[in-house]
Amino acid sequence: MTGDDWLDAAKADAQRRQLPALEPLLEALARATRRLRAAEWNLSAASRPAHDADQPDDTPAT
Amino acid sequence: MAAAIESGEVSVRDVVETALHRIETLDAGLNAFTLVMHDSARLAAAHADTEIAAGRYRGPLHGIPISIKDLIDVAGVPTTAASQVTDRSPAGADAPVVARLRDAGAILIGKCNLHEFAFGTTGEDSAFGPTRHPLDADRSPGGSSSGSAVSVAARMVTASVGTDTGGSIRIPAAACGLVGLKPTFGELPCDGIVPLGPSLDHVGPLTRCVADARLMFTAMGGVSLSAGSGGTTPLTRRLGCPRPYFLDQLDDGVRATFERALERLLDDAWTVSTSPIRHARDTATVCLHLLLPEAAAVHASSLDRQGAAYTQGVRLRLEMGRYVLAEDYVRAQRGRAVLTQAVDDALGDHDALVLPSLAIPAPRLGTDTVEIDGRPVSVRNVTLRLTQLFNATGHPAVSIPCGATASGLPVGLQLVGRRSHTAQLLDVAQAVEQSLA
Repeated sequence: MTGDDWLDAAKADAQRRQLPALEPLLEALARATRRLRAAEWNLSAASRPAHDADQPDDTPAT
Repeated sequence: MAAAIESGEVSVRDVVETALHRIETLDAGLNAFTLVMHDSARLAAAHADTEIAAGRYRGPLHGIPISIKDLIDVAGVPTTAASQVTDRSPAGADAPVVARLRDAGAILIGKCNLHEFAFGTTGEDSAFGPTRHPLDADRSPGGSSSGSAVSVAARMVTASVGTDTGGSIRIPAAACGLVGLKPTFGELPCDGIVPLGPSLDHVGPLTRCVADARLMFTAMGGVSLSAGSGGTTPLTRRLGCPRPYFLDQLDDGVRATFERALERLLDDAWTVSTSPIRHARDTATVCLHLLLPEAAAVHASSLDRQGAAYTQGVRLRLEMGRYVLAEDYVRAQRGRAVLTQAVDDALGDHDALVLPSLAIPAPRLGTDTVEIDGRPVSVRNVTLRLTQLFNATGHPAVSIPCGATASGLPVGLQLVGRRSHTAQLLDVAQAVEQSLA
């Protein structure tokens, strides 16, 4: 599932569950997940995406 | 205090009454305790005095007043986790680390306030209200072991037992000027402790000096204190500082205090070299994708049945974890393995890694952001930044006081050791503590 598809589905589910306050957190999580997936150490059956070391670290803390 | 108790110069009854009086005097303004166990503490004190008078001294923790984070089971009293969600029925048995401390003769004075379910770094979100910093009531003492830290820092007890899933022992220890130890993962049992992220959870002591932390850690590990311990590791006095990433985002006062501490170490024949941790910039996203789904799994049924009973901030972060895909959790596990090797490599032949424990001084209550280098940063993000990696990798880490900012707020220095070598890390910490004295 692509990050965009995941975020759309997650936000729709949060709305359905009447948790609109989740939406900004899900957007932040989506940014963090993109960063996770882009890490150079990920294993892949095909080629691995480059990791942009200059991306700002706006990963939401737990 | 231990020597005075052993010699009979002071009775355990007097020690416990002093602790209870100090709690009565101070805690209304600090809110460190969720429960003070007056009756059982007095009974235990009387029993301890009888034992000691009969020559049955159990060791340096005998008669010492301690507190327990209210996430950890103590037989006969509820484990609230500072939440309205828990059912308040009394725990049927002590958590193993608590039982071991009782066996060592420690006197349990009470249960301490925390950030709800240990899922926060300030102690603000609690069914009992926030715990306040003993030096400034408008500030957080750090969390999640907020009450534990304050109970020790305000000298209501001698030591406390906290938990640490992303930094929750080391953060309040640094904020309050204490020693806080997170041992190697799995070294101390977390049975009888409400889980948050089971692959990240640790239990450990908060104390006022490294020697006390060693005593507590040893007893919690079920090892007799009677034989004496510590100070046997030959040290090279070489420390590695992972400057890239870990020193990039620091409050000016914290930076200045930490750098002064390093200078004092250099003046006392330590060497400090730069030792980067590869992929350190991936720490936050790896830790996020480990903790969120693990915590969500622990809380799923409670969220479905009693979601509204959680504090809002904790509830939302737990709910967020339910959306992390399994494939991303697996990626984070891969990241954990990579980072674990990276920390091992950075340690190299150093005695330990050295870095600040907490990037900011104790934050003001009710603030979500602080300013660093002219830019607003999330309090939650920045308080976890320097500690959470070592929860993911399992390396032992200890925060010791290294001075204070110009406004008098404590600053912590963190030492990180080799996995399964917590005792050796404490040897390094004790030597560093002596150099900074």
